[in-house]
Amino acid sequence: MATRLSPTELRCSDTLRTKDRAFRWVLLAGATTTIAILLVLVADIVRDGAGRLSPEFFTSYASRFASRAGLRAPLLGTLWLMGLCSVLTVPLGVGAAIYLEEFAPSNRWTRLIETNIANLAGVPSIVYGLLGLGLFVRGLNLGKVVLAGALTLSLLVLPIVIIASREALRAVPGAIRDGAMALGATRWQAVRYEVLPAAIPGVMTGTILALSRAIGETAPLITLGAFTFVAFDPRGPFDTFTAIPIQILGWAIRPQEAFHEIAAAASIVLLVVLLGMNAFAIWLRNRYRREW
Amino acid sequence: MSATPAPTSLREGGDPALSQAVDLSHRPRPGEKVIRALLAACGVMSILTTAGIVLTLAFEAFEFFREVPVWSFVTGTNWSALIEPKAYGVLPLVSGTLMIGVLSAIVGVPLGVSTAIYLREYASPRVRNRLKPTLEVLAGIPTVVLGYFALTFVTETVLRPLFGDRIDFYNGLSAGLVVGIMIVPIIASVSEDAMAAVPRSLREGAFGLGASRMTTSLRVVLPAAMSGIAASVVLGLSRAVGETMIVAIAAGSSPRLTANPLRSIQTLTGYIVQASLGDTPQTSLEYKGVFAVGLVLFLMTLALNVASIRLVRKFRQAY
Repeated sequence: MATRLSPTELRCSDTLRTKDRAFRWVLLAGATTTIAILLVLVADIVRDGAGRLSPEFFTSYASRFASRAGLRAPLLGTLWLMGLCSVLTVPLGVGAAIYLEEFAPSNRWTRLIETNIANLAGVPSIVYGLLGLGLFVRGLNLGKVVLAGALTLSLLVLPIVIIASREALRAVPGAIRDGAMALGATRWQAVRYEVLPAAIPGVMTGTILALSRAIGETAPLITLGAFTFVAFDPRGPFDTFTAIPIQILGWAIRPQEAFHEIAAAASIVLLVVLLGMNAFAIWLRNRYRREW
Repeated sequence: MSATPAPTSLREGGDPALSQAVDLSHRPRPGEKVIRALLAACGVMSILTTAGIVLTLAFEAFEFFREVPVWSFVTGTNWSALIEPKAYGVLPLVSGTLMIGVLSAIVGVPLGVSTAIYLREYASPRVRNRLKPTLEVLAGIPTVVLGYFALTFVTETVLRPLFGDRIDFYNGLSAGLVVGIMIVPIIASVSEDAMAAVPRSLREGAFGLGASRMTTSLRVVLPAAMSGIAASVVLGLSRAVGETMIVAIAAGSSPRLTANPLRSIQTLTGYIVQASLGDTPQTSLEYKGVFAVGLVLFLMTLALNVASIRLVRKFRQAY
């Protein structure tokens, strides 16, 4: 497998060192290309859309005229989606993680659930959209409302929350549990008062990353039928809605140049929110990384 | 990612005889049982989700296959579900999806793997601590924005001047390139995990024999981590196959059997979006066709995900 090095090569390793140095540069180029391209993307979008960012852009509704169109309805729609989605996802996801990590017997059922979660994490988001369409919009007859969207997004990000929360729970050493139980705590008390508080930063990191994924998702909402013209405030879970990514799509696929500008402006808003959330989650992870 | 149970959890902690002995409380605790059951119910939700996906897809697809024979769906070379004359051969959509997969692999695999090698074998801790989070943050860019970028920047500014009239306004190439960039963080992160699992002694053995860092990376670490790197590639492919917004915006909506990436094509996901944007009535064949196409997509990505999970398990057990 390995190259055999002759004594000559060992003595004059200059060629090897030159090759090694060249290889290092090739790798560095590879590693930075992606970042460079994505920075070009950010620059391109800022150049296209920054001129359209104004207070009115956030307070006016969608319009047939690009100069008057704003982000109000999709902004509120996204807020509603996120609120409902976090209320639905966090208890379910953290509950499932606690069960699997702290209570589940290691038998066939548990393994089935574990494999199943790993598979669900890889199901394309648009398939969740079809599930939402078939189950919530048509099956439960909810219609194309905020609640149907939030339920769909919750199912979509649930595996991410479960996997991240499990990893956070696993990082808490067994001695903590043993200590609590030695003092007479039950399993649940040990989890509730010792393990869970220690795992909170990790759980939060996973939740923020999951929610930021949900905010950026477009495909499942379009499949639900949420691609509609909305020029009013969504006021509750049973109102029809639109969301920022959908609105970006709606503006981006119009032929007129002026709509591309506001698509770029909306993209800036979305990018600021998402990259901010991701950066916060990653900072949180590094800040609370704990050596036990 | 991993499904391996933790070595230090309650259920395995300590001697069972001992924990029986110290369990002095025989007070019945009904609350504990209720909580346990509630937590288990949360776990079962995932099974219900999977069942929901399979049943929804299968039910509507079954309705579709009552009108369109499965065989002609699978082998048909003409897809025209939204305009007359109608034709329901899924191969053009599958070929479009595969084209995006191949193009994105050509871009994503070298970039992803070289990023992983650099981060793991070459970068100083300082550089790694900056580069890695940057990559992770940028991985959060929503795909609808990437799609807009593919259409306006990659096609207009980069590809049009290069190919002139030979390239369609909507084309497979720009979508494939941008999907390739999208999967770089996934490939890099899983590959890096695999390379981190290669024991230090192997590297030191190579260094001891006089190997350079390059020789060690390419001839020792890379082969040793191969199953994990393969898993990262398969996972990346699965993401590329399921990616929707980039292809829906930039690749066009012309289902055609072609190997030419300069032409406008359509993918499985692209069709689902196109059909969802219009208002197809629930009883129509187009509506049911969306679920049949979704079923094909689900099965393709399921196969890739299962392969990737298997490969990851293999490299986890290697050392």
